[in-house]
Amino acid sequence: MIFVQLFTTFFLIGLFSFGGGYAAMPWILSLVVEQRHWLTMAEYADLTAIAEMTPGPIGVNAATFVGTRMAGLPGAVICTLGCIMPSLIIVLFLAYLYGKYRDLSIMKNVLHRLRPVVVALVASAGLTIFRLALFGENGGLADIRYVELGLFALALLVLRKTKISSILVLLGSAALGTVIYLLVL
Amino acid sequence: MDEKTRSAFFDQPHPYASLFIKMLTISAFTFGGGFVIISMMRRTFAQKLKWLDDQEVLDMTAIAQSAPGALGVNSAIIFGYRIAGIPGVVVSLTATVIPPLVILSVLAFFYKQFIDNPVAQTVMQVLRAGVAAVIVDVVIDLASNVIKSKDMLNLILMIAAFFALTVFKVSSLAIILIALVIGFLPLGGKKE
Repeated sequence: MIFVQLFTTFFLIGLFSFGGGYAAMPWILSLVVEQRHWLTMAEYADLTAIAEMTPGPIGVNAATFVGTRMAGLPGAVICTLGCIMPSLIIVLFLAYLYGKYRDLSIMKNVLHRLRPVVVALVASAGLTIFRLALFGENGGLADIRYVELGLFALALLVLRKTKISSILVLLGSAALGTVIYLLVL
Repeated sequence: MDEKTRSAFFDQPHPYASLFIKMLTISAFTFGGGFVIISMMRRTFAQKLKWLDDQEVLDMTAIAQSAPGALGVNSAIIFGYRIAGIPGVVVSLTATVIPPLVILSVLAFFYKQFIDNPVAQTVMQVLRAGVAAVIVDVVIDLASNVIKSKDMLNLILMIAAFFALTVFKVSSLAIILIALVIGFLPLGGKKE
């Protein structure tokens, strides 16, 4: 029964992908491509590219892509459900513990020490995207893209100084950058 | 759930519809991974709407990062839960998976044209500059909170964790575990 196979495969992918969306990719390779043969290697490479080019978590993108190709929209829904089910169970359990114990003094201390580390996690993700945006993949300092530098500075200024929503800032800077690249340069 | 969060959320005319639409927009326009989603959620739900505070956002990010699965999905679950309990989880998770579900089920058949389209490629390339700005904006606020708290150990932890992640490529899960252990040590942390 294809639906059961799709669900269990993506349940395992969701369960094993510790550390964010990219952690799902090796599991998709071994379970979906090598074990089940639901995708070819070329399709897997395409999937990686599309998952990066479209919004949304890579795991959900991959689940929808494989599910749709195997069994249409119902397949996409089943794969997505399978992929998010482990998260749902584990995160809800942790959220429950957090709500119950966060006022204990030992927990307060732990959370107090955890917060600056989380700031560092966000900062490190920011640095990665900053580098990718301004210097490209594997680019050195000499490869700086001035259009992206200008867009970054402008977007940051708007975010710091106004209350305009981050989504409007994202869309506005993308539109401006696209116009500059396609019409001016 | 906190009383003040409860009232800030339930005092509006259509709380669940508002949560749904905000999560849907964030998911639909967020390129570049889970931390971008968290940055957007922090700006929307903590800074603007005050449904949560910054400390809770950081705690929930740590929890989302410690569980398996996509960071975006995990944070939608825990943010939904903290804002409005189980109904909040259902609303925010549904809103989060709908955009990728719709986009990818269409693209599953037309993706070749999409990948090779020069306009699509340019949009995706320039979009990263805005994404970087969104994250840097949030980092400025969060890091200055740590600096202002004048807690030396926390400041050292933040800087050390940043170098461990960026220079030494230590995994984020390992860093969280180390911080957990340090938190259990009796180092006289500030009681909030």
